[in-house]
Amino acid sequence: MNASVALSRDADIPASSENRIGDFPLAVSVRGLQRRYGARVVIDALDLDIQKGEFVALLGESGCGKTTLLRALAGLDGPDAGQIRAPERPSVVFQEHRLLPWATLWENVALGHEATVGRAGAAHALAEVGLSGREDDWPRNLSGGQAQRVALARALVRDPALLLLDEPFAALDALTRIKMHRLVKELVARHQPGVLIVTHDIGVARLLAHRLMVMQGGEVVEAGLTDQVLDDPQHPYTQTLVSSVLPV
Amino acid sequence: MADLTSSRIDHAAPARTHSGVSKAVLYKWLSWIIPALVVVLWEVAARTGVIASQVLPAPSSVLGTALDLARNGELAVHLGVSLLRAVAGFVIGGSIGLALGILVGFSPLAQALLDRSIQMVRAVPFLAMLPLVIVWFGVGEVAKIFLVSLAVLFPIYINTMLGIRQIDPKLMELAKVIGLNWTAVVRRIILPGAMPSILTGVRYALAHAWLALVIAETLATTKGIGFLAMDAREFLQTNVILLTIIIYAIIGVVADALVRFLEVRFLSWHANYAQGVHK
Repeated sequence: MNASVALSRDADIPASSENRIGDFPLAVSVRGLQRRYGARVVIDALDLDIQKGEFVALLGESGCGKTTLLRALAGLDGPDAGQIRAPERPSVVFQEHRLLPWATLWENVALGHEATVGRAGAAHALAEVGLSGREDDWPRNLSGGQAQRVALARALVRDPALLLLDEPFAALDALTRIKMHRLVKELVARHQPGVLIVTHDIGVARLLAHRLMVMQGGEVVEAGLTDQVLDDPQHPYTQTLVSSVLPV
Repeated sequence: MADLTSSRIDHAAPARTHSGVSKAVLYKWLSWIIPALVVVLWEVAARTGVIASQVLPAPSSVLGTALDLARNGELAVHLGVSLLRAVAGFVIGGSIGLALGILVGFSPLAQALLDRSIQMVRAVPFLAMLPLVIVWFGVGEVAKIFLVSLAVLFPIYINTMLGIRQIDPKLMELAKVIGLNWTAVVRRIILPGAMPSILTGVRYALAHAWLALVIAETLATTKGIGFLAMDAREFLQTNVILLTIIIYAIIGVVADALVRFLEVRFLSWHANYAQGVHK
């Protein structure tokens, strides 16, 4: 309890100061994180480390606090207690593509980094996600999968140390989803960011993640290497999750 | 069946579209049939004396009047004065409306302070202000420009404010994640996001501005399209009166085309406004 009080003092440091540093061996480090909505505690005493190049999946059903964690890591919400050490600007791919409808694809990809990335950099990032030659197209001419690929290009164009994925494939059809998995795996291998993917899809976790954390009611109930956790689940909740999925 | 199609032109017309003219072009031409017919009938009725020229002079006579006024330079002077009033009023009222709309759209504090008062003034039909405006400013240029400004201010204010309010908060969140600075947020997200609504406001404002102009120009004047109409009324020159009405209509159409141009220019990203623009 003493520790938690001490940590809560860290939470008072504004997100932009030393606790969000750029040069840091880990992609992200979280200690004793607590997030509340009013009186309701959504996440409590959560610890998490992700190294650069490591792919971690956070598995859990809707409302278990996984998106709340991701938002805290993204710097959108400050911690109510505990400490987050993360790069100043992690990249985020949301459930929706969140492209600016009034900006062309290259402008969307380079948004906020026009000077450093430029049109050429954006074109290169678009080519990486299989959309070369579409720099001047409008978002409205894209399918759902294509739009999400542009969002991915926008996230990777600045070579982030930490990439946060919030169920980015949930709204896509099955075939597009499979293609996206392959693309994400490839791109992450090339750019080597630390990745946290939030998902309720065990298949996604097994395919992409090195490590797995299972979350229930705001707490991590089980964590470990993906295959270990999925092949030999220890916690009853994980067992239910795994048994509810038919073997692929 | 063959009898039916061969005896009626309008049945045969669609068949031709398959071979050449597109349906859209055909419909465009079709839409002009009734206006053209009305003008022709009107001309015939006026010339044969079915309609007295005091009531409704023939279109050709109105056209002749227009040419005469254009030749002696009067038309240009009156038109110029009217347009100047409209532009001045539009710029003044529009700027104030835009500034207030941006302020209230952004800041809850500004909304708390200003919105209720603005809405109260807005509830007054601007033409009801006319007697008061005359008392305040007399019947000179200031009164006319004030009336036009007043007419323009509110539609621009409301639509700018709403446009800013309706911006997707998820895009604002994205801006935060990416780390856009304040000016970039305004330039890249808020202004383009509010643009469809602002242009709707401009369109309403133009309609109100003409209405205000017509009324304002019936106040004592010596120049302007309204003066032309009032002067002609004195001398029962129905053809001049008709000409001024048509000029007002043409100005309205041109203004509308201007907004449409702005929409195509600024909203080409928007499916509803793209109109074949495929950038």
